[in-house]
Amino acid sequence: MITFQVNGISHSVDLEADTPLLWVLRDHLKLTGTKFGCGEGLCGACTVLIDGQPQRSCQTSLAEMQDKKVTTIEGVPVSHPLKKAWLTEEVSQCGYCQPGQIMNAAGLMTSKPHPTDADIDNAMSGNLCRCGTYGRIRKAIHVASQQEGEKS
Amino acid sequence: MSEIIKLSRRELIKAGILVGGGLVLACHIPGGLRQALAAGTTPFAPNAFLRIGSDGTITVIVNKSEMGQGVYTSLPMLIAEELECDWQQVRVQPSPVAPEYDHVTFGNIMATGGSTSVRTEWERLSKAGAAAREMLIEAAAKDWKVKPSACQAKNSVVHGPGGKHLNYGELAEQAALLPVPKEPKLKKSKKHTLLGKPIKRLDSPAKINGTAIFGIDVDAPGMLTAVIARPPVFGGTVKSFDAKKALAVAGVREVVAVDAGVAVVADGFWPAQKGRGLLEIVWDEGQWASINTPAMREEYAKLAATPGAKAYSSGDAAAELDKADRKFTAEYEVPYLAHAPMEPLNCFVDLKPDSGLVRTGSQFQTVDRAAAAGVAGLQPEQVTFETTFLGGGFGRRACPASDFIIEAAQVAKAVKKPVKVIRTREDDMRAGFYRPMWYDRINACLDKQGRPLAWQHTIVGQSIAAGTSFENAMVKDGIDSTSVEGAADLPYAIPNVLVDLHTTKNGVPVLWWRSVGHSHTAFVVESFLDELAHATGQDPYKYRRSLLAKHPRHLQVLETVAQKAGWGKPLPAGVGRGIAVHESFGSFVAQVAEVSMTDKDQVQVKRVVCAIDCGKIVNPDTITAQMEGAIIFGLSAALYGAITLKNGQVEQGNFDGYPLVQMDDAPKIEVHIVKSNEPPGGVGEPGVPPLAPAMANALFAVSGARVRSLPITPDQVRAAMGKA
Ligand code: FES
Ligand code: FES
Repeated sequence: MITFQVNGISHSVDLEADTPLLWVLRDHLKLTGTKFGCGEGLCGACTVLIDGQPQRSCQTSLAEMQDKKVTTIEGVPVSHPLKKAWLTEEVSQCGYCQPGQIMNAAGLMTSKPHPTDADIDNAMSGNLCRCGTYGRIRKAIHVASQQEGEKS
Repeated sequence: MSEIIKLSRRELIKAGILVGGGLVLACHIPGGLRQALAAGTTPFAPNAFLRIGSDGTITVIVNKSEMGQGVYTSLPMLIAEELECDWQQVRVQPSPVAPEYDHVTFGNIMATGGSTSVRTEWERLSKAGAAAREMLIEAAAKDWKVKPSACQAKNSVVHGPGGKHLNYGELAEQAALLPVPKEPKLKKSKKHTLLGKPIKRLDSPAKINGTAIFGIDVDAPGMLTAVIARPPVFGGTVKSFDAKKALAVAGVREVVAVDAGVAVVADGFWPAQKGRGLLEIVWDEGQWASINTPAMREEYAKLAATPGAKAYSSGDAAAELDKADRKFTAEYEVPYLAHAPMEPLNCFVDLKPDSGLVRTGSQFQTVDRAAAAGVAGLQPEQVTFETTFLGGGFGRRACPASDFIIEAAQVAKAVKKPVKVIRTREDDMRAGFYRPMWYDRINACLDKQGRPLAWQHTIVGQSIAAGTSFENAMVKDGIDSTSVEGAADLPYAIPNVLVDLHTTKNGVPVLWWRSVGHSHTAFVVESFLDELAHATGQDPYKYRRSLLAKHPRHLQVLETVAQKAGWGKPLPAGVGRGIAVHESFGSFVAQVAEVSMTDKDQVQVKRVVCAIDCGKIVNPDTITAQMEGAIIFGLSAALYGAITLKNGQVEQGNFDGYPLVQMDDAPKIEVHIVKSNEPPGGVGEPGVPPLAPAMANALFAVSGARVRSLPITPDQVRAAMGKA
């Protein structure tokens, strides 16, 4: 039995220890906002925050999760600057990659509240978008970081 | 920042509540869908596409699949414009499969493809909205005992003489009793308030909240999840298998053989996947186990040097070429490509003795429903087909073979429980359906001014439609129109043209891939034209212009893109510009690419300027987004994309072997929409074709390397430059 928090709620999960967090979230906790894209750490669609750090949930096994705190896309408030910027910049096309993009961007902004283009390249390359929304993702991150600046 | 990420209890509850209501979310609740569509539950249902509730809610029923291209917004905009309704009240419901939702021009099927959604639905949906508006006005006029002409509709309210007004909700019941006007009057375009405006997408909130339901997210009580072990080569079959070890995995319920291979059915994806790894299977590899890409290339190249079936001819190209002193010949090739949508294929099926339910993303619902019914031994009408969001389509979910539907139906039939089959990325990439590999050879000769006098283009590759239910409609006299589109209809003023085709056959399953035949013909035609311009010392932009005098729409996008890109202006050292223009799916697109090279001979595209004329427009921001996306899609193919076969096996399996453009190699993109009153054209696909030739032409401009084979890898560049 592994106990950890997801979006502020504690869960005790009794599954094979090698089950990737991705499938614990999707199949057992029914949090399907976190997506499966490659299963090999190559696409970023499954990105969540674990103790505040962006991690690929397809590469994280349940065994590593004891006492950890996970945030998924469902746990990011709609008032979050990134979510707001994603709407004003009209980033989403098919939308499948976007939860992973937003979670990874959230991790970036925690470490760099005002990322440069190079910071964004560095952090966000590896989160694939087959619909090609990269330009708008970049813009939305900049917009969100300005909102953050105004607030503080 | 971190405190924002932390979830408050209130937010959680809010998210939970949001699932049940709100503007956009209505589109993913199948229960809600059934309700809204059932006759009698909404007072006013003037046609198949519109429901108005007594609370004023406007429900637009959309018969096209939302795969990123924005149809859940653009199609409601067409109705709302004529309806004169409050846009905030508009909700979307995906349509069921029924004849009234069939494609306007594809025959008796519900389908999303060919960049046709706005083009083919414009009139039908505009009229649907206008008819409802007239009925609502008529209902109000009756109530007030005035002439309808004395009333006006605006923002979901009908206004009458003396400040009288009634809103649509109040009028819905009375309007429903009136006859539906056959020829409602459409608004003049200068009166449009929605069309032509960058309206926000209705599906965006659900897509950033994790509440949008894609096929892979479908769940149902008692549902099991399956993954299928598939033959290593196309056409392979199971000889025998031992499931003992797989069945020992905790969570694995059953192992069953289906046509696609051996399915491991489990409580969730992970045990199914683990179980699959432990299967012991003996395969019969069948007749295609010896396919190798290099040998196939050689065969194609040989064919390309011989005349094929005539696809188009004007003048006498052969005679002119015979006479010519100087001939220009070039051979081009492009590989098989996978669609690789970010959402790997999947399908949910639940079969009962006299009914069935399929829930997944599809571009061919009628075909897919019939396929599932066929497996189940049911009539198509007994099967309910619910369309989810598609995590990308690009043609892959418009599969005449319904491969991903049939395999799920077979598993569901075998286990007699609701089942969702999920393909892993490797399954998705290796189990087939690719853009065909093509080989092209062009011969040309020039007149005294250096203009093409004769142009002979031989194309070699598989037919997509052959052997499918689309063959009759798409293959004429042995020519699959999609094999030669963009080559057999050249806009350039060339007096003698011959285009011929060799249709090859092999076991590699092929399918339409975003822009279909244009994805290779634009590369060939626009690259070769560039070669001719350079060979005669002419500017490639001016050369094209001189040959397009009779094609004003080509000319306009070409001139626009040249001007916006600063064609002819000096560039920094090490940067080159290339240009291309191409018509497809009723739209005209020109692009200028700016390219440099790393010291490792890797091409880098820094900037792409794009101009499109797609006729009358609905949502300009969607058009811009589709151009941006198409350029990245085209760039992934031009830089990296190749599916290759070794001993019948696909060599790529995941994004390491089949890379996509990422944030750090995405160019700056500028899109310019040319004003046009022409009939609407497509926007999903036309942005793809010009990218590869614009990039290849820019590479030539900066380096002198003419690469005629995609993808343009450092090896290709070195070979073209004569470097070892
Ligand atoms: S699914 Fe985890 S990185 Fe792709
Ligand atoms: S929006 Fe479709 S994959 Fe990114």
